[in-house]
Amino acid sequence: MPEASQVGRFEDVMLPHLDAAYNLARWLTRNEHDAEDVVQEAFLRAFKFFGDFYGADGRTWLLAIVRNTCFTWLRKNRAGELATSFDEEIHSGESASENPEELLFEKADHRYLQEALEELPAEFREALVLRELEGMSYKEVADVANVPVGTVMSRLARGRDRLKEGLSLRMKSGGLK
Amino acid sequence: MSCTEIQNLVHASVDGELDLVRSIEIERHLHECEACARVHQAQQGLKQQFRDAPLRFRSPVGLRRNIQQTLRQTIPAAVPSRTWPGWGAWSWAGAAAVVLLAAVLGIVFGHILREPTSDNLLAQEVIASHVRSLMANHLADVPSTDQHTVKPWFDGKLDFSPPVKDLSSAGFPLTGGRLDYLDNRPVAALVYQRAKHVINLFVWPSMEESSELALTHQGYHVIHWAGGGMTYWAVSDVNEKELGDFAALIRRK
Repeated sequence: MPEASQVGRFEDVMLPHLDAAYNLARWLTRNEHDAEDVVQEAFLRAFKFFGDFYGADGRTWLLAIVRNTCFTWLRKNRAGELATSFDEEIHSGESASENPEELLFEKADHRYLQEALEELPAEFREALVLRELEGMSYKEVADVANVPVGTVMSRLARGRDRLKEGLSLRMKSGGLK
Repeated sequence: MSCTEIQNLVHASVDGELDLVRSIEIERHLHECEACARVHQAQQGLKQQFRDAPLRFRSPVGLRRNIQQTLRQTIPAAVPSRTWPGWGAWSWAGAAAVVLLAAVLGIVFGHILREPTSDNLLAQEVIASHVRSLMANHLADVPSTDQHTVKPWFDGKLDFSPPVKDLSSAGFPLTGGRLDYLDNRPVAALVYQRAKHVINLFVWPSMEESSELALTHQGYHVIHWAGGGMTYWAVSDVNEKELGDFAALIRRK
């Protein structure tokens, strides 16, 4: 049975990571209201399992729960989206890096980067958000996503290749939308 | 290493995840091989764009409160035990007394017995920042004793405007401000002086309302409070009382 002191301790340890939790959920659901719902649910789940937390790294522990809650939510509400992302992963293979690198030396509009990141498959998006926006190490990203470090490395590499494609398309055409 | 091997390691290299030996090998190769150097540079360019773009979403204002409320709803209300009638009132009184005692003990010992909570960790981060600011000879980005110079300097560098007070009449002259990084975000650092001692006051926005903390670690005193939508951390090696006076002056409207 939870007690007031437990809630307090949980909040002390986990609430400082609220922004990180929300940021991840926001990028994975791509919608602010859904992100709020998912984060609330994730905090509740985290509280339930707080007894299993031995104080190693609160952010990684919490974000692992947030990402699982997100993917469960995506499977339930946006199954189509996840399916396409997996298909794309198979089809795109290794052939992504032929586009002109020069474009990246020019500064892309922030919106282009945001759009290009948003259209990546969820697993790639997740790896990039954790690495570039949360500044997590490969090991931490691997712990959150529950995959080996090697998988993180290939997701980052392929995610970045795709991102470059998306960016250069937008920079050439002056934006897609 | 071949170009293919090098290019496979480019991501780990720009992410700073390579060991020293490999980093040096790559470094050497990039000097000699233009093709690899371009790939490397492109990845660095992409990383730079991530750093420059405001892509990180901040949680909406009400979310923290909603979570706190939801968590509190999981605490069950005390259930009266079903014994003979005369007991009811007593067990309630007893339960209330126990709860009260627990609360009082919690408040009294909470601060002493607390394990390294996020606040304590943050306090260590604050001290580290303070020490670094003194060591690296990088105390102020904007050295000025004028609050009307320091405050506007932060415009455009931060997404909030820190309150800057002039306390020179009270013996704590402002000497400047700089950008710092704490709690995973850019923060304002205001630099005050007390005789030969430097006081760093770190300020950033937060929804915390009633948080307070005072502690001493490695000879540095730290005072933390929150209010008016901002969180404050003052740190210095001046004596505890003077830092307390300083904090009180800053807190006074």
